[in-house]
Amino acid sequence: MMTAARRGFLMMALVSSMAVLACAKKAAPVARPMPPPAPTTTPTTAPRPPAPPEPVAAPTVVPPEPVREDAITSASLDDLNRNSPLKPVFFALDSDVLSAEAQKALDDAAALLKRYPSWAVTLEGHCDERGTAEYNLALGERRAVAARAYLVSVGIPADRLRTVSYGKEFPFDPGHDDAAWAKNRRAHFVVTAK
Amino acid sequence: MTKTFFTAGAFAIGVLAAWPHAQQPPAAPQQPTDVVTTITSDGGAAPRLAVPDFIALTKDAETVAIAKQIGQVLWDDLAFEKEFAFIPRDTYGSIPPATSFADVPFDRWRELNADGLIVGTVQKTGATIKVEMRLYIVRTRVSSFGREYTSANARLVAHTISDEIHKSQRALNGVARTKLTFDSDRDGERMGGTVESRGVKEIYTSDYDGENQRRITVGRTLNIAPRWSPDVRSIAYTSYRRGGAHIFISNIFAGTLDEVTQGSTSGENWLPAWSPDGTRIAFTSTRDGNPEIYITNRDGSNVRRLTIHPGIDITPTWSPSGTQIAFTSDRSGSPQIYIIGADGLGLVRKTSESYCDRPTWSPAPYNEIAYASRSGPGFDIRILDMAAGQTRTLTFGEGTNESPAFSPNGRHLVFTSTRAGKTHVFTIGRDGKNVRQITRAGNNYEPDWSR
Repeated sequence: MMTAARRGFLMMALVSSMAVLACAKKAAPVARPMPPPAPTTTPTTAPRPPAPPEPVAAPTVVPPEPVREDAITSASLDDLNRNSPLKPVFFALDSDVLSAEAQKALDDAAALLKRYPSWAVTLEGHCDERGTAEYNLALGERRAVAARAYLVSVGIPADRLRTVSYGKEFPFDPGHDDAAWAKNRRAHFVVTAK
Repeated sequence: MTKTFFTAGAFAIGVLAAWPHAQQPPAAPQQPTDVVTTITSDGGAAPRLAVPDFIALTKDAETVAIAKQIGQVLWDDLAFEKEFAFIPRDTYGSIPPATSFADVPFDRWRELNADGLIVGTVQKTGATIKVEMRLYIVRTRVSSFGREYTSANARLVAHTISDEIHKSQRALNGVARTKLTFDSDRDGERMGGTVESRGVKEIYTSDYDGENQRRITVGRTLNIAPRWSPDVRSIAYTSYRRGGAHIFISNIFAGTLDEVTQGSTSGENWLPAWSPDGTRIAFTSTRDGNPEIYITNRDGSNVRRLTIHPGIDITPTWSPSGTQIAFTSDRSGSPQIYIIGADGLGLVRKTSESYCDRPTWSPAPYNEIAYASRSGPGFDIRILDMAAGQTRTLTFGEGTNESPAFSPNGRHLVFTSTRAGKTHVFTIGRDGKNVRQITRAGNNYEPDWSR
């Protein structure tokens, strides 16, 4: 390519010098040698058409690296939420206080969210059936907000974290005993974008 | 013999002297605790009514069935308010049924000690029925009240007769034509777009007695906590159809849907409550960071914040005059009932129990707030009498009992209970008597009673 351009340049230099010489004799032949300057400009624009493919190639190169690392990024959103790497955070009765265990779960979640900075998640607040349906809407919201506030405090951008409260509408375990209730008092992660 | 007859006659005169002239509005409807007393005591102010099957003017099976149904529904409607004493229907068998208004055997009804007798005729004319009804004073054989109805809906005719008899004879606004609304998972539909299998809840309506249960919403999402508009043409509720929780109004006759919290992009909006004039809606929102009470116009304009506290403020209900709002707040550490002026002033705490929620303010003339109060493992319905400053308990641990709402005349409440297994809607008298199960399918929650 470069050699071709150089050759073209030399040719043009030759032709133009000849033209200058010829110009002294007659003007007509000058029109024919003139086109070569255009080819000299096209070589400089020629590298550009190959450039657009480059951005397309770049993203395809970057993702394969995490894929080789783990299966999470290759999973669809549904698969991701079905076997979520973001573990739910559990709460005590009538409480939105984050226990040491809950903070550990949130630290793990924060690490994942930092590793996959494109993920957006919704934090769902849930309650067990022992409160009233109405007040539990607020209690669930408080739990979701508490988990969100913790994640923001450890450096996750707030705009990646939405909250919604379902009160006691969607128990994880439909049972009516302490074990079931403990599972139902939770903040649950749903990945909404990746 | 003579003596006995004389006593009975004197009794009848004493009762009937007051009854046909409705000009003396009895104190009874204002104070139902007295109603109970009068029905069971010897004083006997409650007239004794007989409600036989209506007379089918044509003897085809359909008309006969309608005539029987109207008599039965009317009996149930009248019995619901306990304004009259009733001659049991199974004792009517000995009395020859009348074939028209002309041959009513008044002598025989007097033998059964009836003061009043409701006689009606049913005639089928094409798709509609024509019903003529008269309320007779048995002793004088005079009709003190009579009406004609033309309708395609036999139950509605019976409900209308009941309401008009209560209005004209007892100066009472009956509830026979009122409606209930609640949310239910009965259709077993699953929510789309979630990984966990989650059941949807949809809004339903029914007559006050549980008949005509109909589904209103088809959101395939959570639609909860419905509230009738005062004109009974719309239902406001909390819906997750837009992702988070927001407040929608279904105009059930126009078939249209309005979103009240349309402009709300951050935070959730729950639990709408109509102002008594239907122009405004109080609700809970987290738009400013934590649950607070707000008031907005029906169209979503002019949103005004009412409470300011880092605790939870939720579940608003309006006073009958529209000047105050009762709500639940956990600012003291546990959920309790508070009252605040609709202008945001005059906050007062009203309960000091372990856990109270879902206050519902009674209609006038009562000044009461019903709420769910934690009692042991579950909740029971309690009523706070605002004038006396006293509370009374309506349910006593029969399952867990939640979400009370008053009937428009204040004499009954609707609520949910797990006493029959799943969560179902029940009605109960404000005296805690006369419990009636309304729903039987699925789980049913957060009922409301129309005006």
